[in-house]
Amino acid sequence: MADARTPEIRIQAVRNWSWKTFFFQWEWLLVVVLLLVVAVNTYLSPFFLALSTFIHTPATFLDKAFIVFPMMMVIILGKIDISVGSTVALSAVMMAVAYNAGLPMPAAIVLCLLVGVLAGAFNGVLIARFKELSFVIVTISTMMIYRGIAYIILGDQASGRFPGWFSLFGWGTVMGVPFMLVAFVVCAVIFGLLLHKTSFGRAIYGMGHNAIACRYSGVNTDRILMTVFTLNGLMAAVTAIFLTSRMGSTRPNVALGYELEVIAMVVLGGVSTNGGIGRIGGPILAVFIVGFLGYGMGLANLQAPIVLVVIGLLLIVSVLALRVRFTIRRKKPVV
Amino acid sequence: MAGRKVTFTENLRELGLFIFIIALGFAIQMRNPAFLRVSNIVSLLTNTSILGILAVGMMLVLLTRGIDLSIGSTIAFSGMVTALTVARYPGMPALLAVAQGAAIGVVIGMVIGVLVARFDVLPIIATLGMMNIVRGLTYVVSGGRWVSAYQMPDSFKALATGRTLGINNLIVVAIVVYLVATYFMNHTRTGRRIYAVGSNPDAAEVSGIPKRRLVFLVYTIMGGLAGLSGVLWVARFASAQGDTAVGYELQVIAACILGGVSILGGVGKISGLLLGTILFGILANALPLIDVSPFWQMGIQGVTVLVAVMTNAMVIRNTERSALRRRATM
Repeated sequence: MADARTPEIRIQAVRNWSWKTFFFQWEWLLVVVLLLVVAVNTYLSPFFLALSTFIHTPATFLDKAFIVFPMMMVIILGKIDISVGSTVALSAVMMAVAYNAGLPMPAAIVLCLLVGVLAGAFNGVLIARFKELSFVIVTISTMMIYRGIAYIILGDQASGRFPGWFSLFGWGTVMGVPFMLVAFVVCAVIFGLLLHKTSFGRAIYGMGHNAIACRYSGVNTDRILMTVFTLNGLMAAVTAIFLTSRMGSTRPNVALGYELEVIAMVVLGGVSTNGGIGRIGGPILAVFIVGFLGYGMGLANLQAPIVLVVIGLLLIVSVLALRVRFTIRRKKPVV
Repeated sequence: MAGRKVTFTENLRELGLFIFIIALGFAIQMRNPAFLRVSNIVSLLTNTSILGILAVGMMLVLLTRGIDLSIGSTIAFSGMVTALTVARYPGMPALLAVAQGAAIGVVIGMVIGVLVARFDVLPIIATLGMMNIVRGLTYVVSGGRWVSAYQMPDSFKALATGRTLGINNLIVVAIVVYLVATYFMNHTRTGRRIYAVGSNPDAAEVSGIPKRRLVFLVYTIMGGLAGLSGVLWVARFASAQGDTAVGYELQVIAACILGGVSILGGVGKISGLLLGTILFGILANALPLIDVSPFWQMGIQGVTVLVAVMTNAMVIRNTERSALRRRATM
């Protein structure tokens, strides 16, 4: 987007602080939306507005939120991975089948993570090595392959009968706070630091803006691409563990449509699908917006199909809203 | 010169696909002699015709560097609404039902078209969102219930079971769609412009081609064909459910890819598409004949797509490398 009228390029790492730029941030809009959702929920149920609600309900929707962090990196790179739902299914099925075949549970959990890593790495290697294939077709075909393997392994059966302690992942608490929420916060901190405080994170943003320029300035772009997709697979496996732990058993058709919800949360969080733009805070807020929205629709006795419609609308509306915002921004001289 | 070389490689590709289909048919025939019976071939073609109709629309979308993941939902929605309508008004002429279904699809396609063409939303995002919205609406209009065979008038079911000139209606519709598409893509200005937009959007725009209007048109056509297929689908299976055609978009995209349509836009021919669809139809219909469990189907289809695109990429790399070498020695 080189503008012929800009004679000089000034590069400034940090934008000058001013009240205007401080409040003109996507995250504030999200905070308002979140408060709105909470207000509506409080209106729907007088029992909603309590500290225990905010501590305990997140465990009902946080399982897929673990994928939001690496998916955010994928989208900042300017790519999309729609195979994550299938990766969740595959790693969950592998874990269940391995355990029931006699593997001890800790080993089965490690296997689950390993399967996720391999699935993600496979995507990453294909996308990095075959530049002429688009990420769309690679992840569409692995989406079919991973779930296909899950079906081959388990058919239409369910598998479970895990040891009692396994349910602690999804249901256990640490000093009164659900273990899932603690794990989510830990992941948020790790990924936040990774994205905003390391050269790896800077390279991701750089590649999102201009991958070729990034490569010529000495960044190993292929390795970053593969790492990000591998992280995506790893976190899909983490989701598989929490999901399976909460449900108690697993089937090959588990986590259908997770990719959409995750992508919707990331985009709602202000991450541009054109790449290069987005901060960790937005998607975290978006996770809670979508989660409490779903919870509230449950309170209002709305059926699941309407939730589908709302999440789809949310995705499209937030893409449109981001678009408008960036167009307004672009008219002013950027930094 | 260069133009001729490209046509040669493309024809080579189609020839290869053709030989592969014959070899595959031969191999399946060895395992199960029922495969090449006329009755089985007719049922194979009947089952593949809906896929074929959709593949034409998907090819147009892929040509413009887009993708449409919402068609499975559009099929379900248009099929469901049409089924509810004919259940309520059994006297309705079947052709009116077809028109209604296609119109619903066109409207959905136009919404996607506006999002992609006017607002520059990435096609994968726009259609992923619409996929959920339309699927949700399907459950909402049906209230989660099915429309079953006994609720549909015979005239409606005859859409898919009846024959025209001794050929099943579905096959006839597919043939008509292919003939129209062949003419449209190869002999009309709009058709050629769609190729131009896909091969180089900037160049197309600079040379005065209304890029956005064509992208809009392509999604509208795709929607219309998906709506039409929804009616045919419901008539064929004599049942409309909320989860009709879940994930069918993947199979349609797979058929296009096998047929040599490039997901990067601008490349793809109707003749190749036809072969790709038939190959995919054989894969889908012959696996049960050779005792492959239906649970293997999704995995096999996924691997086929991946292998197809990777082979294609390798072939192109090789051609380019040898062309480069030839130029270097000259």
